[in-house]
Amino acid sequence: MESEQLYHRGYCRNSYNSIASASSDEELLDGAGVIMDFHTTEDDNLLDGDAASPGSNYAMSNGGGAPSSSTHLLDFLEEPIPGVGTYDDFHTIDWVREKCKDRERHRKINSKKKESAWEFTKSLYDAWSGWLVVTLTGLASGALAGLIDIAADWMNDLKEGVCLSALWFNHEQCCWTSNETTFAERDKCPQWKSWAELILGQAEGPGSYIMNYFMYIYWALSFAFLAVCLVKVFAPYACGSGIPEIKTILSGFIIRGYLGKWTLMIKTITLVLAVASGLSLGKEGPLVHVACCCGNIFSYLFPKYSKNEAKKREVLSAASAAGVSVAFGAPIGGVLFSLEEVSYYFPLKTLWRSFFAALVAAFVLRSINPFGNSRLVLFYVEYHTPWYLFELIPFILLGVFGGLWGAFFIKANIAWCRRRKSTRFGRYPVLEVILVAAITAVVAFPNPYTRKNTSELIKELFTDCGPLESSQLCEYRSQMNGSKAFTDNPNRPAGPGVYSAMWQLCLALIFKIIMTIFTFGLKVPSGLFIPSMAIGAIAGRIVGIAMEQLAYYHHDWFLFKEWCEVGADCITPGLYAMVGAAACLGGVTRMTVSLVIIVFELTGGLEYIVPLMAAVMTSKWVGDAFGREGIYEAHIRLNGYPFLDSKEEFTHTTLAREVMRPRRNDPPLAVLTQDDLTVEELQGIINETSYNGFPVIVSKESQRLVGFALRRDITIAIENARRKQEGIMLNSRVYFTQHAPTLPADSPRPLKLRSILDMSPFTVTDHTPMEIVVDIFRKLGLRQCLVTHNGRLLGIITKKDILRHMAQMANQDPESIMFN
Amino acid sequence: MILLSLLQNSEDIRCKCICPPYREVEGQIYKQNVSLKDCNCLHVVDPMPVDGKDVEAYCLRCECKYEERSSGTIKFTIIMYLSILGLLLLYMVYLTLLEPMLKRRLFGHSQLIQSDDDVGDQQPFANAHNVLSRSHSRSNVLNKVEHAQQRWRRQVQEQRKSVFDRHVVLS
Repeated sequence: MESEQLYHRGYCRNSYNSIASASSDEELLDGAGVIMDFHTTEDDNLLDGDAASPGSNYAMSNGGGAPSSSTHLLDFLEEPIPGVGTYDDFHTIDWVREKCKDRERHRKINSKKKESAWEFTKSLYDAWSGWLVVTLTGLASGALAGLIDIAADWMNDLKEGVCLSALWFNHEQCCWTSNETTFAERDKCPQWKSWAELILGQAEGPGSYIMNYFMYIYWALSFAFLAVCLVKVFAPYACGSGIPEIKTILSGFIIRGYLGKWTLMIKTITLVLAVASGLSLGKEGPLVHVACCCGNIFSYLFPKYSKNEAKKREVLSAASAAGVSVAFGAPIGGVLFSLEEVSYYFPLKTLWRSFFAALVAAFVLRSINPFGNSRLVLFYVEYHTPWYLFELIPFILLGVFGGLWGAFFIKANIAWCRRRKSTRFGRYPVLEVILVAAITAVVAFPNPYTRKNTSELIKELFTDCGPLESSQLCEYRSQMNGSKAFTDNPNRPAGPGVYSAMWQLCLALIFKIIMTIFTFGLKVPSGLFIPSMAIGAIAGRIVGIAMEQLAYYHHDWFLFKEWCEVGADCITPGLYAMVGAAACLGGVTRMTVSLVIIVFELTGGLEYIVPLMAAVMTSKWVGDAFGREGIYEAHIRLNGYPFLDSKEEFTHTTLAREVMRPRRNDPPLAVLTQDDLTVEELQGIINETSYNGFPVIVSKESQRLVGFALRRDITIAIENARRKQEGIMLNSRVYFTQHAPTLPADSPRPLKLRSILDMSPFTVTDHTPMEIVVDIFRKLGLRQCLVTHNGRLLGIITKKDILRHMAQMANQDPESIMFN
Repeated sequence: MILLSLLQNSEDIRCKCICPPYREVEGQIYKQNVSLKDCNCLHVVDPMPVDGKDVEAYCLRCECKYEERSSGTIKFTIIMYLSILGLLLLYMVYLTLLEPMLKRRLFGHSQLIQSDDDVGDQQPFANAHNVLSRSHSRSNVLNKVEHAQQRWRRQVQEQRKSVFDRHVVLS
């Protein structure tokens, strides 16, 4: 029986290994001073009558214990209490418990598999339900992303005019079949009418400029106002980017309603409105949120995922991969993004599921293909000119710029959000959105580079100037006269068009840098990827054009003489824009591998991976020199979410007893004795304190640990008992043991709460170094850990205590004495 | 069937040829409604601006691309989006303006004030009530709808408090 107990123990323990991301967990569990408390004492033997107490510790998993362990009739008669095992809002889940519950369920289904064909089908369905959820999520994400793309493009162009022949076409689609487009003006066609033309009747002139300006501001303001009103009335959780909260949810936090149906609908609708209003935001972060909502909603169709919070988070990891996949058209980048940025635990199974979800989502989006030329690759670069070794210097400079801008942006944005959070200014969200939208619209309209859609701006900046381009950025002074043959894109001096474009780009850069600080964090769905890429692309293009002119005017310098021939194509400014975009995005989010893959999938520029990697690495180093957190971790810290970052290292030498509660001046630890309490006393303890759980000890004299009981489970169990069982009164005895204690004959019926007791809480000794405790919390996903001294219960460490301790240590670091 | 016929529009394919400036000829864009096999310079560029021996040189500089789009999808999506947006706007107007007016007219002032403070502060046992009472189902459909709507309203109010008032989440 002992071995069976240990077997069940070990079986449950092995499940932890699958959820941990490092491979050194076996060592952690077997050594390093961590004490696992799993023996039956002689006291228990006396009370229980035999040594065969149920080996499976999480007997409270609603479904009863594993069939082979419990042999007591009473246990079979005990029905599972509805609601036990669920979590309160804004609480952390217990990963260990959830994984054990899943193993129980899996074992039960597998053991019944051989009984009948129906059971076999059920087991097949159970095994395949994971893939089904992920497929449905991918389908829904792809469809919603297609909807958002089409609607956002249309509404964006609504600010400048309408297509009279077909109202649902945007500017590009309206002029798709028209033959009146010219080489110089690719957008002109008679079917598309600007507002000035419609209202005033004339297309050119100062009057129509002012009318266009006015209509632009009007539409921008009305879209922004609609968006914030919808968010405020229907789903306040739909604002913001969503990625910090999803990171926290995936690490084990519960935010009820954050991934619900209304949030999904409102986020989709208002994302389109927010993007169309011309605000300096993108739609990639919110698309991840939308995809996770889909994943969450579909997981409720399958009891395997709806009842188990840990399994649900596997689906959410896959869903976030699908989200990035449709946002950028980058399926592999999406999987890596989910691995690097969003997920907390990422075992191989989640990797496959994410891969599949990204694949399905990309496929659906591609088959919707509304815009022609299969625009799944957003910013396709069609040049294949080589890059030269000396160009690494400007690339690294762009990386430095990206890192500096990222650090500056994070500090400024967090300061602004903190101001919004703590002062009276934050009480007027609608007014704030309207104000920001108004300022953005007023300043953005005169500059043609800020007036257009940010994605179009990035596309134009990425595109290199070839003979087929005719934008203002490509107005080089050509030296050809009538007889000279037209050579493909030699280095040429810049014409006046290029100079004015440079000025406008500089102004656009300053404008975007300033406005994005105030826009990210508004109470509308807002993403960060596209604005950062725009800033980087503008900076990169400016550097690229500068390098190009440098190479032309000083072609006799050593650097250029080696690699650039006169009249040959040497510098590609479009490539600089690409590298700049990657550097800025890396500087603000501190992604590395996933960013390079996303940019390469966005542009198709396979030859340019090395410059991209160099720039991203540089920007990460420079950014990390100013602060270790990316923008999402900074927002997590601003909101105070209980997120134990697995990227940080805990290097201090404190011990467990310095962090545990109760501290020296605190009231003693609130414990429950295993068979001494009455219902009234128990309710009193629960009402007087606000702790989430209570250790259960044998008796006040011995202070030896029996298990751990959660507050929510206790309250639900008591309520249930009062409703269902007769004879439970306020002075009924509550017992956590297997058999009721001996009571006098006239006492009311005792209440057995053993089913909600966690018989295997994690314990450490008081001399355990905090490094190891933090490691255990991180790798196993614990919520609390008990501290013992010489075998007796001393105190408790919760995740919040650890986070507070880490914050405290971070501030005190220079002063603390670093010898052991 | 209607959807399919909506999606098959003959105007949805095109071949677009961009030809850069060549000698005296200016840059030009040509579009035609041809299929993939005819999508090249000779078929699409019409009328040809240069004479016989220059045609090849001219055509070498041109870039022709075949493109397809689905105008039916675009139309369907925009109409669906606008209708959902319109419905939401109507519901929002109803919730914020009409419903309080109607309630006030039917029930008087006292009920209105009471419903806002209904969210009791009796944790932890209030939560237990919620969890257990979910198992009791009412047979009346209208009651269920009303119940669900009330619960949803309470949730939204809680969310609004956390996000907008106390700035606990999503600041």
